[in-house]
Amino acid sequence: MATEIGRDDGQAAGAFDPLKYWLILPAWLVIGFFLLAPICLVLVFSFLTKEFRGGVIWEFSLAAYDQFLFDRGLFGDEPPRIQWTYIEVFGRSIFQAGMATLLCLVIGFPTAFYIATRPRRVRAVWLFLVTVPYWVNLLIRTVSMKFLLRDSGPLNEFLLFVGVVDEPLGIVNTGLAVQLGLFYSYLPFMVLPIFATVERYDFALSEAAADLYADRWTVLRKILLPIVAPGIVAGSILVFVPSLGAFLAPDMLGGAKNFMIGSLIDEQFNGNAGNWPFGSAASMILLSLVLVALFFYARQTGRQGRA
Amino acid sequence: MSKVAYVKRYTGFLTMTMVCLTILYAPLIIVAIYSFNSSPSIIVWEGLSLHWYWDVFFGIESGKFKTAAWNSLSIAVMASLTSTTIATAAAIGILRGRAFRGRNLSFMLISMPIMVPEIVTAVATLIFFSAIGFVLGYSSILVAHIVFCIPFAYLPIAARLRGIEPVFEEAALDLYASRGQLFRHVIFPMLLPGILAGLLLAFIVSLDDFIITNFVKGAGIETLPTAIFGAVKQGIKPNIMALSTIMLLVSIVCVTLSYLLSRVGSHGGRE
Repeated sequence: MATEIGRDDGQAAGAFDPLKYWLILPAWLVIGFFLLAPICLVLVFSFLTKEFRGGVIWEFSLAAYDQFLFDRGLFGDEPPRIQWTYIEVFGRSIFQAGMATLLCLVIGFPTAFYIATRPRRVRAVWLFLVTVPYWVNLLIRTVSMKFLLRDSGPLNEFLLFVGVVDEPLGIVNTGLAVQLGLFYSYLPFMVLPIFATVERYDFALSEAAADLYADRWTVLRKILLPIVAPGIVAGSILVFVPSLGAFLAPDMLGGAKNFMIGSLIDEQFNGNAGNWPFGSAASMILLSLVLVALFFYARQTGRQGRA
Repeated sequence: MSKVAYVKRYTGFLTMTMVCLTILYAPLIIVAIYSFNSSPSIIVWEGLSLHWYWDVFFGIESGKFKTAAWNSLSIAVMASLTSTTIATAAAIGILRGRAFRGRNLSFMLISMPIMVPEIVTAVATLIFFSAIGFVLGYSSILVAHIVFCIPFAYLPIAARLRGIEPVFEEAALDLYASRGQLFRHVIFPMLLPGILAGLLLAFIVSLDDFIITNFVKGAGIETLPTAIFGAVKQGIKPNIMALSTIMLLVSIVCVTLSYLLSRVGSHGGRE
């Protein structure tokens, strides 16, 4: 699924060759017209003047980017100072997405390794078990997570009952809850690419190292890890990218203090802020961050393909 | 113990796998269990009942849910059928035509809806519709869904098509099959499991979408996810848990079917 993005090797020229452009045309038209063009329009909108409570006035303006970076006082006539509010939102988003990626890696790597070393017949079943929750409605998963974690929820009830804690943990509305939510949202993106590289790994290399008296953790660290590193990088980027722009997990689990880029953008269009150019500018900044990450991903998979 | 087993077995990896599966499934299972709670409170357990399922179908909010469910289902059916048709054509064009200059670009364009953050797609679509004066409502949701369903339909179809040896097509052509016959009698039957898998995935992805739908739906129309989101804003109620459990089952059934379909005869010919 996700591991195939960005690469496609064609094969076999055949009867359909003369028709190929006609066959691809509908996809080009639909995505070009309803996604590519709109994204270019977002870039244009980010340079327009805002209209009060939604919409734009077609006049060139740098106000959106200015508002993002500088604080010019209530009436806009003070000397500009750096405005940290939005930079902080982006910083927090990068941090939360990074932590979620780390969490996915810590739990996803052993899982992927374990699955890849099962007998061939049962591997598919294990993989299936790990990917099924991904296809369950993200909103329902997030609501379920909130239900489980909240102070009077089953997890805390259980911990109180067993006596592990004296009072509820208070996880909801913290950064940790957001990280757990993001982890829950995108874990399969970590497991699948790592699984793919470990499955291709030749364990004879590990055996050779073990024959030379390396203990298993040394084998893991010095022999296996460097070889499966591309899978780890790919998985990390595939988790990091959607986490960065996530809306539901931070919105439902994070509370007011932990809101991320997604909520900031949502607020400009669905909320009270109603500042379309600013929302567009934030979207473009988010998109450029994602493109940087995807660029590294493409380079990584390109290297993998050549190896 | 053999050396192979030695380097393949790490203490704690099985535990981590179990932790992983527990985190993945515990919230869903717990919500499913609590949906059978007879108590109107989500905190106290008062015993098994189907009361909240009854409430979803016949209760005070059932009208709202039924309209939302109808919107969700009809949009998902139309969006998945349209996007699967577009994706099938594109897959055949990309994989069964000779290499051409725009091939990689075509593939990148098709995967674009997956690569661009959902919230950016949502903003872009909203801005575009408002700029061209497209009235927000049922049809704007449908168009947006068709767009982002295309890559989800494309991936299993392309995977299947890549696995079909060109010899079958060559044989058919040697026997003077026309292009139409070739598609109808050779490619389509062999590609069908991939097409159905793609159709089901597109269907689920459309049924599940919240962010993009929430941006482009306009006022006065709800799909199931936006209705649920609106409802949980005031707190999680038991009827929402029952509704969630029903949707959870629908998703799991669809994914399981899609998984089984993509395995049918994946090693050439049917099992």
